[in-house]
Amino acid sequence: MAMISEEHSKEKLGFEETELRLGLPGGGGIVNGDFGKNTNANGKRGYPETVNLKLNLSLKETEKGENLQKEKNLISCSNNAVKPPTKAQVVGWPPVRSFRKNVMAVQKSNSEEGVGGTATFVKVSMDGAPYLRKVDLNMYKSYQDLYGALGKMFNSFTMGKCDSQGMMDFMNESKLKDLLNGSDFVPTYEDKDGDWMLVGDVPWEMFVGSCKRLRIMKGTEAIGLAPRAMEKCKNRS
Amino acid sequence: MAQSFPEDVLEHVFSFLNYDKDRNAVSLVCKSWYEIERLCRRRIFIGNCYAVSSEIVIRRFPDVRAVELKGKPHFADFNLVPEGWGGYVYPWIVSLARAYPWLEEIKLKRMVVTDESLELISKSFKNYKVLVLLSCEGFTTDGLASIAANCRNLRELDLGESEVEDLSGHWLSHFPDNCTSLVSLNISCLGSEVSFCALERLVARCPNLKTLRLNRAVPLEKLPNLLCRAPQLVELGTGAYSAEIQSDIFSNLAEAFLGCKQLKGLSGFWDVVPAYLPAMYSVCSRITSLNLSYATAQNPDLVHFVSQCSNLQRLWVLDYIEDTGLEALAASCKDLHELRVFPSDPFDAEANVSLTEQGLVAVSEGCPKLQSVLYFCRQMSNAALVAIARNRPNMIRFRLCIIEPRAPDYLTLEPLDTGFGAIVENCKELRRLSMSGLLTDRVFEYIGTHAKKLEMLSIAFAGDSDSGLHHVLSGCESLRKLEIRDCPFGDKALLANATKLETMRSLWMSSCSVSFGACKLLGQKMPRLNVEVINERGLPDSRPESCPVEKLYVYRTIAGPRVDMPGFVWTMDEHVSSRLSRVTERRGD
Repeated sequence: MAMISEEHSKEKLGFEETELRLGLPGGGGIVNGDFGKNTNANGKRGYPETVNLKLNLSLKETEKGENLQKEKNLISCSNNAVKPPTKAQVVGWPPVRSFRKNVMAVQKSNSEEGVGGTATFVKVSMDGAPYLRKVDLNMYKSYQDLYGALGKMFNSFTMGKCDSQGMMDFMNESKLKDLLNGSDFVPTYEDKDGDWMLVGDVPWEMFVGSCKRLRIMKGTEAIGLAPRAMEKCKNRS
Repeated sequence: MAQSFPEDVLEHVFSFLNYDKDRNAVSLVCKSWYEIERLCRRRIFIGNCYAVSSEIVIRRFPDVRAVELKGKPHFADFNLVPEGWGGYVYPWIVSLARAYPWLEEIKLKRMVVTDESLELISKSFKNYKVLVLLSCEGFTTDGLASIAANCRNLRELDLGESEVEDLSGHWLSHFPDNCTSLVSLNISCLGSEVSFCALERLVARCPNLKTLRLNRAVPLEKLPNLLCRAPQLVELGTGAYSAEIQSDIFSNLAEAFLGCKQLKGLSGFWDVVPAYLPAMYSVCSRITSLNLSYATAQNPDLVHFVSQCSNLQRLWVLDYIEDTGLEALAASCKDLHELRVFPSDPFDAEANVSLTEQGLVAVSEGCPKLQSVLYFCRQMSNAALVAIARNRPNMIRFRLCIIEPRAPDYLTLEPLDTGFGAIVENCKELRRLSMSGLLTDRVFEYIGTHAKKLEMLSIAFAGDSDSGLHHVLSGCESLRKLEIRDCPFGDKALLANATKLETMRSLWMSSCSVSFGACKLLGQKMPRLNVEVINERGLPDSRPESCPVEKLYVYRTIAGPRVDMPGFVWTMDEHVSSRLSRVTERRGD
């Protein structure tokens, strides 16, 4: 455990990455991809709408106005073209095969320092959903990017409270338990050691390097992970 | 006339027919020819595993030795087909195992293969020889262990670029000591280290080994050990082509390559250290096929190596080759048939290398036999495309991917209609075309008018209206496969050309403007088509008829609707309305 905190102190990612802040969910920048920069006075930003067929869980807006983008809605059958997504969001374009993408990603990360050679494509499952998906973590620049994409893939998934970088505040146990009790679903991941962790506990780049697969779990089930998440978090700081 | 030849004479004549097309033609001549042909057909190719059932195949062809099956649509390669869609091979293996105890060969592409399937293969066929799994998934190295252990006469094991769950490298050690029959082994997609000792002994005892493609985990220092034991190799895929720079490693390598007088094809080169490329110089002049598409070497090392291969016919390379490298290629490799240039950094909007349309134009000028192209680049012009078309009227496969969707001619800012129009007009033998860049309905008019031999067409982010699709479906007489994404094509063209779809293998349309209603109508009108709608967001609640479907996959079939569809795929046929209403009832809406 001591070694992990050493590694962390070496990694000069900028303090903003590791700073645990209180702040309401952001994410309005899904489509224009403009996350880190976009805060107004009180740090609040809009929430992406995700439309859910069964549960009608949409419309958790906290802020109106700038950057609130409505997702293209199959149900409303609008024929308006949606604003074209950023390149990172266009699935399957350019048409490079997954095998090739994975190999290039591994070769790239091997030639750079730091992040180890983990495959970029990870399987994503959601409890109760009849299908698995795969996401290429290299396509996203932050947790918010990822949550947005997951929200589009899995209707019932909307991300709960996290700070502007998408990281979770794990240091506060009661806050964590509130979050887990309050959310329907919480994203978790299996890391290189084979442990299941709550998503959002480490800076994004580190997460990409250590995530082997994702599982969107029911909030109540994820409670079991909370103590471990806090443990790992404590040991890092 | 037909009656005057005894059956075995006809059978002998038919044995010279290897192409399915010829055998199919022969079987249509008369009933007795049909009967004779079906009894002696040994190789079956099924381009869509859902187009026919194993029962039908087995009933018609009772004594088959080789089966080739393809599963998922091509766009599955680019993550457009959700996981769980289908393409399961197990039911086929069960039927084949029962019907063909003498089956020798199974080749699969884009199918889901389980360890169970592999074990069944390994135990069901008395003289099993060839297993080729291209872009497959669903199995682990345990399945490979069954194959290695049980197939006494295994000749070929090719894992292609499959997704294998790599539990350990131990599976290779399951080849028994008396297995000496291997001719081809491709394990390049595997991550785990196999026992080098076991590999070395295997290679040493297989005197007919011609193709050996290693995986990354085989270190460069050990490559000479293998080459010395297999100097007869024709195709080699190296493992990791990197090591510390040491003169003894280099000299061992160079000496080993010197001994490989039959080597014609090279691939691999993972993590390449350019300093080691010259170790191969002794074989370069004999090389006809070179796959450097995973080699991150740059110029001048890269171009220097490629230029040594004066007899090169096929080159796959990353865009690190740049325009200058392609110009050198055009000057030194006059026998070049096929060029594929892959992007080193496809997701970066900015170009990281100096590779433009100029490189492709140079190769089209300098290489008179060039007939097959796959080219990723960031800019293109009509002038360049027209030049390429004029230079190479013998082009058969032309796939161009301009990385930015809807990118116009960078010189004139116009659509690239004229350029691609020139390609289809000049290249009269064109069989496969993939387009990109800014394209209007006009290009489809050109295609419908000129591309009479075109069999496969891929379209993305192109066109203005249904007339684009209509031109293609009504004009392209030889069209077999059409795949479209993100184009404003809808119901009109689809329904107007419904009968065309029965003459094709398949049609894929995703993120277009085809409505549920049109799909239903198509499915009801055309009983010999499976009209499958893929909608991961479930079915629309309100005004479903006019809602656009996410993805549509239409294919001809004599097997009826499939029974293994996941929850997000629906077959649109005459029963669909009742099925859909039952689904919505169950959901309790």
